[in-house]
Amino acid sequence: MHEVDMTKCLLLSMNQWQQQHAPAIPSVQRVHLQVGAFTCVEPDQLVFTWGVAVQGSWLAGAELVIETVPLLGRCLQCNGTYTPSPEAAYRSPCCDHPMEEIVSGRELRIRSVDYSLPEPPPSRPDLSLTAAAAA
Amino acid sequence: MHMPLEDTLGLNLLAANQHQAQHNREHFDAWQLLCLNVMSSPGAGKTSLLERSLAALAPEFAMAVLEGDMTTLLDAERLEAVGVPVVPITTGRACHLDAAMVRGGLRILGQRLDPASLDLLWVENVGNLVCPAEFEIGEHRKVALLSVTEGDDKPLKYPVMFREADCVVITKVDLLPYLPVQVERIEAHIHQVNPRCAVFQVSASTGAGLEAWHGWLRQQRSAVSSAAAALAVESLEAAAPEPVLVP
Repeated sequence: MHEVDMTKCLLLSMNQWQQQHAPAIPSVQRVHLQVGAFTCVEPDQLVFTWGVAVQGSWLAGAELVIETVPLLGRCLQCNGTYTPSPEAAYRSPCCDHPMEEIVSGRELRIRSVDYSLPEPPPSRPDLSLTAAAAA
Repeated sequence: MHMPLEDTLGLNLLAANQHQAQHNREHFDAWQLLCLNVMSSPGAGKTSLLERSLAALAPEFAMAVLEGDMTTLLDAERLEAVGVPVVPITTGRACHLDAAMVRGGLRILGQRLDPASLDLLWVENVGNLVCPAEFEIGEHRKVALLSVTEGDDKPLKYPVMFREADCVVITKVDLLPYLPVQVERIEAHIHQVNPRCAVFQVSASTGAGLEAWHGWLRQQRSAVSSAAAALAVESLEAAAPEPVLVP
């Protein structure tokens, strides 16, 4: 269940992101992740742990949306791309070459955040300035 | 009325861990030591290999072990018997070490000795072929162990671990005569997911193959220390005052 630790890392990043908007607390609707097929992450488990972790926090109700990025290899023999599979021992079907270069599939990325900010409070007259003028 | 907004982050999911790992690596480089992250499934023989390698390399290298896969104190006693300091890392029930846990282990190690006096720091990870593969700890090299009793399909079933490894040590090769396993197939499968990976066949029981594995370690050690030395020279040059041009 390393998805728990991954969620903790994700929350740390989200907290840092929130700081950029301080003092306002953004209301987050969705967090978009890109997770490569050639990683040790189970997207369903990540969504589950996220749902538990954000309960009662400023992120409560925010949805975790995971886009799976397929594994794509490049055959260094003919430079063509292919989908490596365990059944084919990850070799390229074109030239029977081992999996040398991975083009995509190793992603573990926080892509973007959908959110809204509360309306700023109506501006109030600056009392300190008024006081200074009166003095 | 709330305005819908979108921020593009493009940040690694494990950025928090990577940040700490980078911090650890900066320390390792400043101490000019080689840090190895040793990973395998439980029972592949990490402690047995360490026991042999620590004994063999102790005359030439100052070493220490951060022990993340310790179920009993017996492991630590076995390793300490060689005269190498061992620091247990409390992992709770975690399935892997992360960079912050290693940082905690380094603090304890620092109370016992000056890390700058070390040449080699071994980190024995939790026995697991999945989780440790994704969590950097600041290591210079990842070493994966695979025992011949685990079967030849493991590199294909746990490809991320064997892809990420800089070196795979195939252990327990003394058992090959008794197993329906071809070590050539294990090696071929490792190279199919990681063509440039160094692979060694060893037996901690008989000592077979250990010399080649130790040769690789010596190479990595000198590669890392010369890289660290080059970095030190660079920073010295950067710190040096600008030459004054006399007209």
